[in-house]
Amino acid sequence: MRVMLNGKFVAAVAGLMMAVAVPVSAFAAGDTIKIGVAGPHSGDLASYGLPSVNAAKLVADQINAKGGINGKKIELLIEDDVCKPEVATNTATKLVSDGAQVVLGGICSGATKAALPIYMDAGLLVMSPSATNPPLTQSGEYKNFFRTIAPDDAQAQLDVDFAIGKLGYNKIAVVHDKGDYGKGFAEFAKKFLEDSGKAEVVLFEGVTPGAVDYSAIVQKIKQSGAQAVIFGGYHPEASKIISMMKKKRLEVDFISDDGVKDITFIKVAGDSAEGAYASGPKDTSNNPLSIAAVELHKKTFGSDPGAFFENAYSAMLAMTNAIEKAGSTDLAALKKVLQSEKVETPLGAISFDQKGDAIGVGFSVYQVKNGAFVEL
Amino acid sequence: MDYFIELFFSGLTRGAIYALIALGYTMVYGIIGLINFAHGEIYMIGAFTAFIIATVLSILGFPAIAIFVLAGFAAVIWSASYGYTIEKIAYKPLRHAPRLSPLISAIGMSIFLQNYVLLAQTSDFLPFPGLIKDFQFMEPIAHIVGSTDLVILVTTTVVMILLTCLIKYTRIGKAMRATSQDRMMARLVGINVNRIISVTFVIGSALAAIGGLLIASHIGQINFYIGFIAGIKAFTAAVLGGIGSIPGAVLGSVVLGLTESFATGYVSSDYEDVFAFSLLVLILIFKPSGLLGKADTQKV
Repeated sequence: MRVMLNGKFVAAVAGLMMAVAVPVSAFAAGDTIKIGVAGPHSGDLASYGLPSVNAAKLVADQINAKGGINGKKIELLIEDDVCKPEVATNTATKLVSDGAQVVLGGICSGATKAALPIYMDAGLLVMSPSATNPPLTQSGEYKNFFRTIAPDDAQAQLDVDFAIGKLGYNKIAVVHDKGDYGKGFAEFAKKFLEDSGKAEVVLFEGVTPGAVDYSAIVQKIKQSGAQAVIFGGYHPEASKIISMMKKKRLEVDFISDDGVKDITFIKVAGDSAEGAYASGPKDTSNNPLSIAAVELHKKTFGSDPGAFFENAYSAMLAMTNAIEKAGSTDLAALKKVLQSEKVETPLGAISFDQKGDAIGVGFSVYQVKNGAFVEL
Repeated sequence: MDYFIELFFSGLTRGAIYALIALGYTMVYGIIGLINFAHGEIYMIGAFTAFIIATVLSILGFPAIAIFVLAGFAAVIWSASYGYTIEKIAYKPLRHAPRLSPLISAIGMSIFLQNYVLLAQTSDFLPFPGLIKDFQFMEPIAHIVGSTDLVILVTTTVVMILLTCLIKYTRIGKAMRATSQDRMMARLVGINVNRIISVTFVIGSALAAIGGLLIASHIGQINFYIGFIAGIKAFTAAVLGGIGSIPGAVLGSVVLGLTESFATGYVSSDYEDVFAFSLLVLILIFKPSGLLGKADTQKV
């Protein structure tokens, strides 16, 4: 540790920073189309953000190899927002001042919401592969925002229908992590459960993310007599709660969202995850474009793509297609193309509605069977 | 009534978890009057060390109990050496600086260690192996008190008693108390104050490592950030019980754990932290030195 703090090290770091800083400004004058990529590229949610960076790189490389869009090469500006709203505003300001013309991102709803006003003031089109918070599109507030994933309410509706219809439960506990994404999802689930008239919400509560122990809430779920738990949030809390449920010998079904449908959930929760349900984007592994994109990822990066890779890949295709057809990166022109023309993507042929949600993108319910998510 | 008992034991386990970390905070504060904010990170490093050793040993096919003991030893030694080094690098040079300087240094150390582990290890959550197997005799009450809960409760109690004895009845304990009361005077009567402070950090860090091992096997997952939240809560518990007091840290932790558990059970888990911190404020208003803290008389 002491070695790292000496003068040489500091000098080396400073040198490195300068070396990194130069190319960015060197290109600033060039005639390229700059696409910002914002998302968590470090921190505990990095596994949600890095696949989108790979997707952006793959699409950009392919288009650049063919000579670019209308003769202009794509340049990616990749910025980390660690999924934190307070960082995301800085990220957005940085991207705008670096001259980004459209933005792929953000990944988390909270960070995206914080950054959107800055992009909107700059007149930039923003397309997220994963921000599912419904008001982002439905409020009509962010006219520059599009997404290639269905909003949480669609997901909550699916999970509720599944719990009531398929599993036949009528007493359900709804738990969330108090975050924009988790709470938003949980509130929709609660609303749909109550509206259905067939099921009762016996518990609706938020847990504190990162707490050392969730046994009290598990005892409360048990006391409530719920037949299933619908959880809104991300995998770290989900795996803690489900492990604690097994420890306290509580045998109820666990149904969650696509923040939990991540292989890390199964890895961390282990045997406890077995039998849990989670909704996630529809399986598109039979789509030839999807197969090609995944193959390309394996060839280029030597690994399977991660979460939201195809959504990000599709978003890149939709945006670059719109830029090509519109002949500019002007927001109004791009919106017109996005809303009127279908584009072939790994998610299928998609276009966008007036609010910015993708038409033709949906969710399915998956179950953990033998350590893998299986589409039901 | 069953529900009450279930919540009571949830709270007790949570309190014992806080106590394992709070003991280290309170010890260091008791001896040198420094709030060691890097303590949570020592706990996290203990958990990571135990994780690495446990993974290696389970590949080599060691039995579960041997893995548990060896991983525990490795974590204790590794964390203790971190505690020792941190004190030498970050706090010792500031021994005569204003009180605020070592505090800032401690916060810096905490951020440094978090990012060091993030870069050197991973940002992902890692599955911590369940090193404590379910005991057969616990099965009838497993829905109330699990086997890991039991181990944590017993360990915390034993550690608290041992520490109290160490400080009350041994030579080194006497030297610690002397250092805490008047550092200059302790030096004049021939106590090696620097050594005593190092020993305090080593013991505190060893406790944090034991906490890391037990808590990680209880929760089943670790990442570089676990030390921060656990550290904040444990610090709150230590202040609640009277910082500097060993039984106070345990009492404060249990009170905090029970408050959170009952708040979750009878009101709403949304308000868990609201109740916990309201309690802290109330106690500090009526008893500023904490539940078992001694009132600080101003030396003239």
